[in-house]
Amino acid sequence: MEYKIIVLAKQVPDTRNVGKDAMTEAGTVNRAALPAIFNPDDLLALEQALQIKDQNPGTKVGVLTMGPPRAGEIIRQGLYRGADTGWLLTDRLFAGADTLATSYALATAIKKIGVPDIIIGGRQAIDGDTAQVGPQVAQKLGLTQVTYAEEILKIEDGKATIRRHIDGGVETVVAPLPLVITVNGSATPCRPCNAKLVMKYKRATCPAERPAEPGQYDYLYEQKPYLNLTQWSVADVDGDPQQCGNAGSPTKVKAVQNIVFQAKESKTLSGSDADVEGLIQELLNEKIIG
Amino acid sequence: MANYYTDHPELEFYLNHPLMKRVVELREHFYEDKDKFDDAPVDYEDCIENYKRVLEIMGDLAANVFAPNSEAVDLEGPHLENGRMIYASKTFENLDAIRKAGLSGVAQARRYGGLNFPNVPFSMLSEIVSAADSSFQNIWSLQSCADTLYEFGSEEQRQRYIPRVCAGETMSMDLTEPDAGSDLQRVMLKATYDEAEGCWRLNGVKRFITNGDSDVHLVLARSEEGTTDGRGLSMFIYDKRSGGVDVRHIEHKLGIHGSPTCELVFKNAKAELVGSTRLGLIKYVMALMNGARLGIAAQSVGLSQEAYNEALAYARERAQFGKKIIDFPAVYDILATMKAKLDAGRSLLYQTARYVDIYKGLEDLQRCGRELSAEEKQEMKKYSRLADAFTPLCKGMNSEYCNQNAYDAISVHGGSGFIMEYKCQRLYRDARIFSIYEGTTQLQVVAAIRYITNGTYLNIMKEMLEDEVSAELQPLKERAAALVAKYETVLAGIAGESQEKQDFIARHLYEMTGDIIMSLLILRDASVRADLFARSAHVYVRLAEADFAKHEAFIATVKEEDLENYRAE
Repeated sequence: MEYKIIVLAKQVPDTRNVGKDAMTEAGTVNRAALPAIFNPDDLLALEQALQIKDQNPGTKVGVLTMGPPRAGEIIRQGLYRGADTGWLLTDRLFAGADTLATSYALATAIKKIGVPDIIIGGRQAIDGDTAQVGPQVAQKLGLTQVTYAEEILKIEDGKATIRRHIDGGVETVVAPLPLVITVNGSATPCRPCNAKLVMKYKRATCPAERPAEPGQYDYLYEQKPYLNLTQWSVADVDGDPQQCGNAGSPTKVKAVQNIVFQAKESKTLSGSDADVEGLIQELLNEKIIG
Repeated sequence: MANYYTDHPELEFYLNHPLMKRVVELREHFYEDKDKFDDAPVDYEDCIENYKRVLEIMGDLAANVFAPNSEAVDLEGPHLENGRMIYASKTFENLDAIRKAGLSGVAQARRYGGLNFPNVPFSMLSEIVSAADSSFQNIWSLQSCADTLYEFGSEEQRQRYIPRVCAGETMSMDLTEPDAGSDLQRVMLKATYDEAEGCWRLNGVKRFITNGDSDVHLVLARSEEGTTDGRGLSMFIYDKRSGGVDVRHIEHKLGIHGSPTCELVFKNAKAELVGSTRLGLIKYVMALMNGARLGIAAQSVGLSQEAYNEALAYARERAQFGKKIIDFPAVYDILATMKAKLDAGRSLLYQTARYVDIYKGLEDLQRCGRELSAEEKQEMKKYSRLADAFTPLCKGMNSEYCNQNAYDAISVHGGSGFIMEYKCQRLYRDARIFSIYEGTTQLQVVAAIRYITNGTYLNIMKEMLEDEVSAELQPLKERAAALVAKYETVLAGIAGESQEKQDFIARHLYEMTGDIIMSLLILRDASVRADLFARSAHVYVRLAEADFAKHEAFIATVKEEDLENYRAE
């Protein structure tokens, strides 16, 4: 079988190797001092997608990312490892997005591309650590979601069998395609960049990344169409500017505090409406949300 | 993140050497692949960019896969199971990473699936792998056997085997036998032509075969019954898929534990001839060996770098008598000496690789049907001679320097260096074989001596003295020029001596040659990039002068009758 897969990937500041300049005086992340990297969990999602491609020749893997023009690097990193294509959502109107606005933008772009068989991303990004974007995309597209996936064991008869990493063990689930999957940090590491693919795609850029002044290799963009990466604005995906970026983001950061987790006990809730309702009420009562 | 390529800017420096333009245009046949392959470079700058990108991939794998795996590989090593060699488990992980990164068949032409890299970047890749795990460098770099298959095999053989190597299958060169080590003319493995099956059959034993259970073997065997010398030997391909060769034993070695050294038993193994019979040793193995020697030189430089890095890090960290040990003259002298040998040796490595690349590039143009002009033929002759002269100097000097650096890395570590938990002990054990295999240093001297006595090196030294150096380095250059003058005097002095005496002092002449050539090379590098090489140039020239004086004094007093005191009773 040939499948269509979209990998959701984010360019993030490398918060794993934090130096003394990592934070600004105002207490926000100093993006200039931290190298921009492929979000580690998203890289694991890419590997799962590429493994499906290895096992199912003809499968097409595309990398969808949102960010400033330099986030084109995320698409290149995908192409270097075996992805077939990519889309960069870049527009000032996309900037300042919280998870709600991000998932809106991604879902809108996916509708534009056409809903694939599998949408897969990392569980969470190392800058925001929310783990919300994947599930929200599923919700907005009305698709089944499997979170905390560790390995896609098989895909057969329109169903995927997936091993999930859960508290105290693993769980194997079967879910129908089309499907949104978020991948846990315990999944198998991503393959390295491939030499030939790096040489082939090293100049692949979206228009916004290219310097204004003419360059030695400009002629190649006409000669080799695969060097032109797709770049979309809010208008290109027929998005509603009010639901994008800062305008579409209800989240407002009031203050940032250092906290140390002390509680040892945990609670397990079922997915029933009553349990979910109860949790919301509890969080509201304790003023954790509101 | 650590990267064994970008962490050492010295490597990029050699990618940008002025001769590289010629190296690259020849290797790329003037960029004829640019419209045929998506990964082919469109021009010189594009090609250098490709090399850098690929070196970065290897640098990343070296730092984040091979180096972290190296201790486990050393401790586990390969083992034997029903006549088959099984690598250490982490070696499989390394091989898998190489396959996925597409870093096999790096030097093979694109039409067979390779990356078409010349020797300069290939040696850099080799160096990087070796720094992380020199035992893995053995397995990886044996892909160069495909060069010999390409040069001497038929087009049909190339098409059948080279793509497999590019896809990640491994190779070995099966030369040594119990009674044929340095003296390969004594090889006895028997090759007989099987008329019924229309193929060759191999019978006998090979010993000390690195990566001996590989997928594709090049085997030296005696095809001419009744002969006893090198002219009765031919080269064969043995494909593991056809079966007939078992591993009888895997050697327990002092170092490079991850690299399986096998004893092989050929039992009527089906094989195919490479090229013509009788040329196996005298032509094909010589070509194979020259490539392998360059590989060992790269392996040596890589390990030298790692030894230096380990020693430097320890010396910066370790405090005694109230200060970091790096601040004591006795310690910083060791470190500066290590770095000087490393830098000078590396410069010699890439000089040699460029020479090899230019003549091989021209040779390949010719092989692919292009008529060479008279100037190009002249150029090929010149560089072929330089490559032949420099390869044994490069292999011998670098492998000896590497051993010295591995020894000194332990010295810097003091007692800790003798403890198995520290990496420097492995480097010390691994390095020891470099000055032995692919021809001992003594044999490198034999290969180099005629270029010493016939003035090949002297001429190149004089040519190099014509290069301008920066004003600051002028005094150093004058000191190097003084060494060249003394060298010429020494050579004149030994002209009429007996063969025995010339052989006796050959090692001294060889090292004097190395001292001067590397002084001149490092001076040239320091002129262009003082920030990278000026310190090493100063340290190395002094080292060279002292070493030269030692050998000069030795040679000056040796008389014919003195040899009696040396001869074993």
